Formats: sequence, C-alpha cells, structure tokens
Amino acid sequence: MVRLPYLTALTTLFSYGLLFAFGQMRDFFRKLIDWSKSKGKDLKGYAPICLGLEDFYTRRLYLRIQDCFSRPIASAPDAWIDVVERYSNDHNKTLHRTSNTTKCLNLGSYNYLGFAAADEYCTPLVIESLKKYSASTCSVRVDGGTTNLHTELEELVARFVGKPAAILFGMGYVTNSAIIPALVGKGGLIISDSLNHNSIVNGARGSGASVRVFQHNSPSHLEEVLREQIAEGQPRTHRPWKKIIVIVEGIYSMEGELCNLPEIIAVCKKYKAYTYLDEAHSIGAVGKSGRGVCELLGVDTADVDIMMGTFTKSFGSCGGYIAASKEIIQYLKHTCPAHLYATSMSPPAVQQVISAIKVILGEDGSNRGAQKLASIRQNSNFFRSELQKMGFEVLGDNDSPVMPIMLYNPAKIPAFSRECLRRNVAVVTVAFPATPLLLARARICISASHTREDLMKGLDVISKVGDLVGIKYFPAEPPKHVEQDKKTL
Amino acid sequence: MASAVMNMTTAALDWVSVAFDAPLARAVVFGVHIDGHLVVEVLLVAVILFQLTRKSYKPPKKPLTEKEIDDLCEEWVPEPLHPSISEDMKAEPPTLESAAGPHTIIDGKEVVNFASANYLGLIGNEKIIDSCVSSLEKYGVGSCGPRGFYGTIDVHLDCEERIAKFMGTPDSILYSYGISTIFSVIPAFCKKGDIIVADEGVHWGVQNGLHLSRSTVVYFKHNDMKSLENTLEKLTRGNKQAEKIRRYIVVEAVYQNSGQIAPLDEIVQLKEKYHFRVILDESHSFGVLGNSGRGLAEYYGVPVEKIDIITAGMGNALATDGGFCTGSVRVVDHQRLSSSGYVFSASLPPFLASAAVSAVNYLEGNPSVLTSLRSNIALLWKGLSDVPGLTIGSHPLSPIVFLKLKKSTGSSKGDLELLNNIADRMLKEDSVFIVSTKRSVLDKCRLPVGIRLFVSAGHSESDIRKVSDSLRRVATTTLAEHL
Repeated sequence: MVRLPYLTALTTLFSYGLLFAFGQMRDFFRKLIDWSKSKGKDLKGYAPICLGLEDFYTRRLYLRIQDCFSRPIASAPDAWIDVVERYSNDHNKTLHRTSNTTKCLNLGSYNYLGFAAADEYCTPLVIESLKKYSASTCSVRVDGGTTNLHTELEELVARFVGKPAAILFGMGYVTNSAIIPALVGKGGLIISDSLNHNSIVNGARGSGASVRVFQHNSPSHLEEVLREQIAEGQPRTHRPWKKIIVIVEGIYSMEGELCNLPEIIAVCKKYKAYTYLDEAHSIGAVGKSGRGVCELLGVDTADVDIMMGTFTKSFGSCGGYIAASKEIIQYLKHTCPAHLYATSMSPPAVQQVISAIKVILGEDGSNRGAQKLASIRQNSNFFRSELQKMGFEVLGDNDSPVMPIMLYNPAKIPAFSRECLRRNVAVVTVAFPATPLLLARARICISASHTREDLMKGLDVISKVGDLVGIKYFPAEPPKHVEQDKKTL
Repeated sequence: MASAVMNMTTAALDWVSVAFDAPLARAVVFGVHIDGHLVVEVLLVAVILFQLTRKSYKPPKKPLTEKEIDDLCEEWVPEPLHPSISEDMKAEPPTLESAAGPHTIIDGKEVVNFASANYLGLIGNEKIIDSCVSSLEKYGVGSCGPRGFYGTIDVHLDCEERIAKFMGTPDSILYSYGISTIFSVIPAFCKKGDIIVADEGVHWGVQNGLHLSRSTVVYFKHNDMKSLENTLEKLTRGNKQAEKIRRYIVVEAVYQNSGQIAPLDEIVQLKEKYHFRVILDESHSFGVLGNSGRGLAEYYGVPVEKIDIITAGMGNALATDGGFCTGSVRVVDHQRLSSSGYVFSASLPPFLASAAVSAVNYLEGNPSVLTSLRSNIALLWKGLSDVPGLTIGSHPLSPIVFLKLKKSTGSSKGDLELLNNIADRMLKEDSVFIVSTKRSVLDKCRLPVGIRLFVSAGHSESDIRKVSDSLRRVATTTLAEHL
C-alpha cells in the first residue's frame, strides 16, 4: 500500500498546478501567434484531428520529458544494453538518433528468466526452425497457419500450466481483447480489478457486457459487489445475469503485488462466478518450478476457470495463450476472432517458447531452469530488502520481480531517469496516465541474468541518485557494522 | 347537570362569536374590517394550498435484507461458459509439416498450397532468412518490453523509416501484430460523437475498432459508390454541426471477405466534396497493387497525401508479422501516445522487423515479381471460368480469388458445409490445399461465404492448372445433387 506523506502530496499538487499554469499560458500565446499568422490551407472545412484539450498533457507536460521514454537500444534486451544516444535541437520536440551508444545496466526490460538474448540451447533450435518453416506462415490458424510446432506448443503449455488444453495467439494484447468477447456478451457481467491492464479493459468494453470494478485485491469488496449485482440483476430490466466473470491478474505490473488469489477464488466459488486469471507477469517468474501464482499460493489450477498468459516476459518470445478445459478451448477455436482472422504466431517464436519451457522444466537435460528460478527469487528478494533498508518507498510483495520505487513529484521523474542514465543505469519511470496523477514511480524489473555485482552496482547508483533527487521518504536503517561497534563498546 | 353543560356551551359559543367579531388592530383594509373570522378563513386557505403542493403518497423503498440477498444468490444459476460442443466445432485444420510456400507437406504428402497469403513468394527467400538469422543472433527472439520502456530497438526505427520512404509518406509507425493495427488506430482518432461511414464488408478487426471507438457508425452497401454518396449526403445535408465533428470513411483496399477492390479515385472525390477523412486498410494490397507494389494509391494514380491514414498488416505480401500505419507527421506522432495497441503492448520481435526491411528491399529491387503474380492471377481466372456451380466474385486484379456458389443452399451454414466438403476432397484426392471462409459468431459481416484462393508469385503454371482441374472435377461431383 502506498503511504503518501501529506507534505509530499501538497508539493506534488503544487508542481502539477505550476506546470498546468505554464502550459495554459504557452497555449494562450500560441493561439495569439497562430491567429495573427493566417492559417487554413487545406484543412478548411475539417475539424482538427486533435482538439486543443485532448493532447494538452502530451504537448505541455510529456514533451518536456520525452527523452526519458522510448529510448532506443542497439543490442538484445539482456542484463546490459547499449542505449542509443539522442539529441534534440528544438527543446525535446523531436529527437534524433546518433550512432553513439552507452553500455548501461538494464533494470527496465521484462526479462525475468534471462531468455532475452541469444541462448545456448534455444537459439540454435530457433534458427533451425526458421530455416525449416520460414519467418511467418502468412495464414490464419484455421486456414494454413497451423504447423507441427503450434500443436506441440499448445500441448506443452497445457502441461506446464496444469490445465487440460491450451490455445495460442500471436500477441498477448490481442489475446485478452479477442477472448473476452467470445466468452461473455450482452447480458453478462464482468467484474474486474480496479488496476487491471488496458488490454482487459478493452476486451471487456468490446464484449458488450456490463462491467463493474472492485477495489484492488480486496476479496471483501468483491463479495459485496457480487451480492449486490446478483440481487439486482441486469440494469433496468432486473433479469438475472447470464453469467458473471471475475478478472484478476497474477502480478500487477505497476504495483508489483501478488493477487490475493485463494480468497478471491473462494468468494467466486461461493457465488458461482467464473474466474479469469491473467498471468502475464507471473508465469515462469514465480513459483517453485515457475508455474505461476497458483503454484506460489497453493491454489489448485482446476479452481481457476480460464488461465491466460503471455510469452513476452519470462520466455523471451512474443504471443499469448489461454489454458482451460478441453470444451472451452474447442469452443474458442471455433469462435475466437483472433484465431480465425489473425496471422498465426511466427514459427521461430513458437520454437523459442518450446525450448524455453523445456529448459524451465529441466527437460533439456541440464539444471539451468532450476538455477534461473532460484536466481530470480534470490535477486528480487535481495534487491527489494536492500532498497527498503536504504529508505526508499518500495511497493510489491516478496518474491515478485517487479518493484516500483515511489517518486511522486513530477520533477523527480526526469531527474531520476536522467541521473541514472548518466551513471550508466537504465531505469523505467512511469507517470500519468499509466498510474494515478500523484503516484509517479520508477519501476525496476529484476532478471535472472543479473549477477550479484550488477545488483550491487545498481543499488549503489540508485542510492546516490536517490540522495540527489530526494526520494528516500523513510528513514534508512543504520548499516550493520555500526551496531556491531555499539555491541563491543 | 344538563344546565351546567348548556351554560358552558353557551359561554364557549359567546366567546367564539366575540372573537370572530372582535375588530383586530382596528384596521380597515380596502373597506373591509379585519375580523377574527378572516384569520380562520386565511388559515384554511393556507392549509388547502399546502396539501395541494404535497406529492401523492408512496410507500417508502425498503432495501433488501441480508437474508433475501442470500436467497437470491442461492437461487441464481449461471449459464455455462461455453455452449454445447457440436460436431463442426471439433474439426481441426490440417497441420503443416514444412514452410507454407507454394508447395507444402501435409500428412507426409506434398500438396500445392493455395491457403497462404504469400503473394510475392517470399516464404523461403534466402536473403530474408539470412537477415533474420543475423538478427536472431544479435537480438534474440523477443523484445521484452513495450516501445516506451527499452523495447524500441534500432531495427524498429530502421523499418519505420524504410516503409515511409517506400510509400512516399513523411513517417510511419510499427505495430506488433497485423490485426491489432486497425483496431488500435481507429479508436486513437475517432472518439464518441464522431461520425464514421464504413463499408459493410469490412473484416472483424475493423468492426472491433469501430465498436471500441464509440463513434456513430453508418454502414454503406458493399463497394457501392452510389450508396456511399447517398449516405454522405444524408449525413451532411443541412447539418451545421457536421462542420465541428470529425468525419471518417473507412474502407479496405482489397476486401478479405469478397476480394473486391475499393475504387479509390471516386472515394477521394467524394471525400473532398463532403470534407471527410479516409482511413484505408491495405493489408492485402500492399506489395500487390500498383506498378511497383506501393498499393491502391499508386494503382489509381492518386497522390498518397490525399489519403489521411493508411494501415496495413505485414503478414501477407511481406511474409513477416506485425503491421504499420503511415500518414502525415501529426497522424503518426499522435499514435505514439494514444494508440493502445502500441503503448500497452510489447514491440515487434526484431527479427520480424528486419525481415520486413529485407522484404521491402527485395520488392523495390525486383518489380518483375509483381508481373508474375498478375499473370498467375489471370491464368487462374481463365482456368476457373468454366467450373460448374461456382462463380468468381472478386476483382480481376485481386490476389484473393473468391469463388461463390452460383445457387446458395439458403443458409450460410449449408453453404459452408458444401464448400468444406469440396476443400476436404481436393486435399485428400488431388493434394491441393484450399480453404473456405470461416466466420466467427462475433463477426457482423453478412456477405456470402465462399472459397478463397490466395495466389502467389511463386506458383508455377502447372500448380495453377492443377488447382483449376481439381476444382472443376470435385465441384462437378459434389455439387451435382445441389445444382
């Protein structure tokens, strides 16, 4: 939970107010200058493609700190990356690439198990499959887009996750947007966590069902919402709902928190609602053998109706999957638009996932999988505890590889980002609209390929920059050797 | 006793009559003495007025008790997550055992493949595979992050520049999946209150984008310019408000659902007359139409600046995956922050981006591949001209050759059964792989179903002859009872 100090809230609001005022003043002068210069040309009779206020945030606030986002890299997104240097001649409005790169420690990419770069087991197999099946099948799955690899991966994913059957898609975002309309339509109810990802929100909106939100990770509020909705029925007609689906995520990417899964499942079972678990960030990254939050929290996979996940984060590939009972998968293969109309997943990417899962399960004949899983757990716990000792406000639960560090003030966002880059550490900072306005943060993603030295360097730099920028909101714990001296005295 | 009561009553009555006639305040208002009885009358009138202004009696609403809610929750029975599985739901598509080129291997047998949209024959091309291999060795497979958070790799920026240079537009933006391109672009520009005029035969991706945009959508008859003009006229006639809201026409260059080609010159004329913007989906025409493969604008000789937004999926002619959108700098920059499929999703794997760059380079260097594609399509048209029971419904230049049943069975389910029958028999008996259109229940398109043949520049003349002979033979026998 975020504990926002009162003074910080005031100063943050004041900063935003100041930025807003300056932005409005500049807009006013811009309008004056544009009015004095005659404009029009071929846009006469057309409404502007972007109304004035819609992109106010983009033009006046985001453009100032544009160089902190979308930084291009010239290497694989591994533990160390080559960040391309950019320069701007017009105060950050346009950025140009140079051919210089800086080698930085990568604390921002979703590379939980370290499969991002060329891997000694996976890459030769991937190249072989590329030569055999070529880069794309140019066809949808139901036409000519199903190869041996696709069927093999579906069986493997189903076995790995612990469900009877699975179906693959070429993109994680499309998985959510295209599956939810196929499962529930008009007359159904979707109850989703308030901090769910944009793809789930889009899928829910596209389905035509009614949507209700429950407080983040709160089974008691979920129960309240369920009781109220079942008793009321559909809006206006009060007919009973056709079905109710509750959508939660395994690890919430902006908070680093684990879902309160056992209690939420218990509530859903009591009220006969279906559960949909989005394990985009948790599959492969948590759990003793990498099987996700169900394994970590001791939930039986048969209790979750539909389990969804992506291959981008822990498996170093692209695409998504849905795992559920055989009948649901057969039905989805028949109706889901992403299966019927979208190009099938690229065969080399499928092979990468197959190899990655085999490594995790230990079926490639080595214990690299177990090493990677132990490594990511140790790294995350070590990093988080060290940051908390230094006095940073770090969110997230133990064992979760995602740790947001709270910044709050809008000026600290570019300060933290640029100072870290100057010291060769690449971090990710997130602000509005991905997070609430006052709660800007820097988000660290730990990988199994980070060594202890990498982590120490990262901690060192973050500590220095934290002092410089002033984000150590909590008192730091005194270092251990001081306590020992006191003991000897 | 009685007299005491009588005395009290008379005393009370005397008192009341005195009070009634007592002059109050000795005032004379308009020549009327203010007496006691006036007060009572005024009070009575006040009470009547008060009662008139009260609402009618409604019993107060009682919220449900906990026990009642418990009972309702007990009684409620949800529908199952999936409907009962019918036989046709259990059908699995054939599994390929090699690359999806003009010839592929299914079940150990080599078949002629007309089911992959490999229009330029780039599957299996050596140069593309080499560039992919070097990309895989350098960057790995995935990009492990969205574009905003270190997922932008220099090959993405190179690919965007290459495509913009090829199309002749100022800038372009890359998406990580073909179908998500159009349903992210439309909601980025069209909001609630805008007007969109779309063709009724657009594919599901476009329909989803239109639904997510929450704008007012009006459909016009498939590829019918008269219908489009009438719709535009109706929407803008006498409508002063129309000047202030954004208006779009959404069309596809080559329609997936019918193989028709949109007449871009007429659309541009209409757009300029009624002040609409055009969003054009070129998934099946990029790399196919036009003298150098630059798409519909080049084919009709329309300057590409007149089309406001062009989107395309790269999973067809370019033999890779992903999609792009190009247009003016304003259009492209706006999407970098407000297009959900770009901001909230991981970026395209780098090896697919380098495959796209090599494919565009190949296309620019070998325009003869387009002439082979066109001659293949013409040859196929000739071969299919006398197939019984089926007629060609697509445009002569479309790389998707669309065959419809001459006489429909009356329901699309019945039609689909016949067509699937034909496709299965052709695969089993003649080793020719073709496919029929599959529709999802969520698809709103009501155009007739049919067989789609995806012609490639890599097909040889014997392949084309084989498919037309096989189709003729199988259609004669399968549709004999039906005709």
